[in-house]
Amino acid sequence: MKISQNMASQPSSVFSGESLLLLALKMRTFIALFLILAFFTFMVPGFLAASSVIIMVKHIAINAFLALGITFVIITAGIDLSIGAILGFCGMVAGWLITKGIVLPMFGIAIFPSVWLIVPIVLVIGGLIGAVNGILITRYNVAPFICTLGTMYVVRGASMLLSGGETFTGLSGNEQLGNTGFELIGSAKLLGLPYAIWMMFILAGVIAYIAKRTQFGRHVFAIGDNEHSAELSGVKVRSVKVWVYTISGFCAAIAGIVVSSQLVASHPATGVSFEMNAIAAVVLGGTSLAGGRGTIMGTLIGAFVIGILADGLVMMGVSEFWQMVIKGVVIILAVIIDQKQSRLQHKAAIVQQK
Amino acid sequence: MSQANADIVIRAEKISMIYPGTIALNEVDYRVYRGKVNVIIGENGAGKSTLMKILAGVQQPSKGTIYLNDEAVSFQHTRDAAAKGIGMVHQELNLFGNLTVAENIFLGREKQRGLLPLDTAEQHRVTAELMARLDQDIAPSELLSNLKVGQQQLIEIAKALADEADVLILDEPTSALSKTEVELLFKVIRDLTAQGVSIIYISHRLEELMAIGDYITILRDGHFQSEAQVKDIDVPWIVREMLGSDPVSTFLKPGREFGEPVLNVKNIKLINEMGHTLVDDVSMNVKSGEIVGVYGLMGAGRTELMECLLGLQEYSGEVEIAGHKVPAKMDTSERIKLGICLVPEDRKKNGIFPISSVSNNMTISSLWRRLKHRFSIDEKAEAEAVTSAIGDLSIKVSSPDIEIRALSGGNQQKVVIGRTLLTSPKVLLLDEPTRGIDIGAKSDVFNMMVTLSEQGIGVLFSTSDLKEIMAVSDRILVMSGGKLTANILRSEATESALVSASAQGL
Repeated sequence: MKISQNMASQPSSVFSGESLLLLALKMRTFIALFLILAFFTFMVPGFLAASSVIIMVKHIAINAFLALGITFVIITAGIDLSIGAILGFCGMVAGWLITKGIVLPMFGIAIFPSVWLIVPIVLVIGGLIGAVNGILITRYNVAPFICTLGTMYVVRGASMLLSGGETFTGLSGNEQLGNTGFELIGSAKLLGLPYAIWMMFILAGVIAYIAKRTQFGRHVFAIGDNEHSAELSGVKVRSVKVWVYTISGFCAAIAGIVVSSQLVASHPATGVSFEMNAIAAVVLGGTSLAGGRGTIMGTLIGAFVIGILADGLVMMGVSEFWQMVIKGVVIILAVIIDQKQSRLQHKAAIVQQK
Repeated sequence: MSQANADIVIRAEKISMIYPGTIALNEVDYRVYRGKVNVIIGENGAGKSTLMKILAGVQQPSKGTIYLNDEAVSFQHTRDAAAKGIGMVHQELNLFGNLTVAENIFLGREKQRGLLPLDTAEQHRVTAELMARLDQDIAPSELLSNLKVGQQQLIEIAKALADEADVLILDEPTSALSKTEVELLFKVIRDLTAQGVSIIYISHRLEELMAIGDYITILRDGHFQSEAQVKDIDVPWIVREMLGSDPVSTFLKPGREFGEPVLNVKNIKLINEMGHTLVDDVSMNVKSGEIVGVYGLMGAGRTELMECLLGLQEYSGEVEIAGHKVPAKMDTSERIKLGICLVPEDRKKNGIFPISSVSNNMTISSLWRRLKHRFSIDEKAEAEAVTSAIGDLSIKVSSPDIEIRALSGGNQQKVVIGRTLLTSPKVLLLDEPTRGIDIGAKSDVFNMMVTLSEQGIGVLFSTSDLKEIMAVSDRILVMSGGKLTANILRSEATESALVSASAQGL
């Protein structure tokens, strides 16, 4: 008995306390998610009822699309403030295509494309806006913060201009024009779960695969860690960065389509300050704003933590003002813990090396 | 005060500096003569900088005493040394381009009392006086960034003089200067010595030392080697004293054979944005299985030449890698696929990905070689490649998943070398591969270079260390001022020939 105990404790005895702490820190987003779930289950009756969970995850999905898209940007030590505006703009483009069609004045006609065409068009537009960000940043050396701040205003202004500030309503289309079905993206279900939730998990899977198993993913991490070394190692830094912003814009377009489909209307001010929630989710998920470190799984869990916190507080009847305070405190705490973890991890690595 | 000591301003006795594992200085005696230019010289790692740091109060010696004007002193901080009149001008300029000359000189000791505003008038008056003393026509209110590098160097000197420095340590002051700027600096140095200031001058450029020095002290491997008056000696004597007469150990077996050229370079020319020619019409080749060493001083254009070869700079000229003509516009990743690879000089800045794992650090350049369906990374093949590279290069690491910044400098360097090897290069470029790593790791790196050359890889490496270049090169190229000034077989090379080639045109 005594011997076996000694044997077991021998290898880890010296640093067991620290390595346990390190493990806890590494799993912190998971633990936070668990604690928040436990707290609200206890405080809010019926919190875990299937119907309310599905509604909650539907809310989370919107933020998750944005957060998943911006994760690569943040891993390259960049930032994209324009995603909220791209979301709004893409919703507006979809609404415009459905309600007004493509007007060809020289022939005096308007073409109403089917939903099967509208969705890809809007996705490409979102990607292109992202690519413009990427090109401005790499070719003209504009700092990502400033560049995307600029495109945020430009794109937001453009969506206002599209409708003169009005809302496009009745996005369910017209049977005679053959462009019905848009609202199904937001409302239809597969195996009892709304499309949006499936899409969120599929997108997370695809992006996690890109991060882990493709050259592109490795290059993204390499650029965030040390751009000079990346260049010398044969990473095409410029083109990778352009793609990273393109992905971010593309994901914002997905979110834009889902939001306007759920509302069956598109309003030009949709998505104002959504980028902040997305960045918060990414940071909460352990991605470093300094670049080089982060996981897609972390981002997804981060989005869940933020979403559950928001909806849970609403269900508890906490005032909107307190919700803001609490959210802010959680984000700052997360970053403090992140700093602590990276220090501990470094220390542990050195110890392990010796 | 005895007559013999009257002209000695600093006398250091039996100074030792012991670091864990190494002895940087071993009972060194050192003398600085008043009002003279005291040159100190030695190979990299001979202990010059350590000694200077001790004199300037940056470090405290483990043992030994310093006498300043026959009075024992000990400096806990650079401020103590400055208060006693010892000022140091570091190799890297510590100046701020966005501040004026006067603000730079008074940075950290501004003329100001309490909450009153800065006494700009007084600062400008003192600065103007200093400029007059240095015989420079620079306005105190001039922005520093508007000055030439040579003038900036003088501002550093003015900073030290503002502290009423009696002894001025200049660490490689000419490494970034043009020829006319060097002459200007020399004139200032002569004026200062005429005013009674004692100068300690560190440089690798032997010709320069012969021109400006009065006394010369040579350190070797942390020991005091010799001291002489410059008028009594010549360059070959310095080289002999510096390197010692013991035969250079060689890593190369006799009877080495080389194949076809794997790297062919014709008329490479690189001109930077400022219009300076950094690489001037260089033509050379490296054969398969050959180790070619490039010797030269700082700023000779070695790094820039390698950057051209890898496509990191916009150059003109022809490059041929393993028989393939390389268009000047071809980017780095394509060149790596053709079989050229670089181990960069500044490991921290350009080499490692600090917070990435050892494994990811190693495979980043060669991901394209291990793809499944030409798309996804074959993790099994990757792990195998990493394990075998760790074994081949004898890298000490507990697990390939550990962050690379936890490794020692030598092991980090081996990981970077491993990265280049995984691309299966035909030409391997190593820019100062032994910078900042310990002796054991150095010989590992050299042995590895020899092994690779025996496998048919052409190796091109650069160094500013004469012993290193003699130890592992089949052929030696010397660069100076961007030009190739020598291309000799090692068997025919002598140290003094290399030294004089490295100073050509300066």
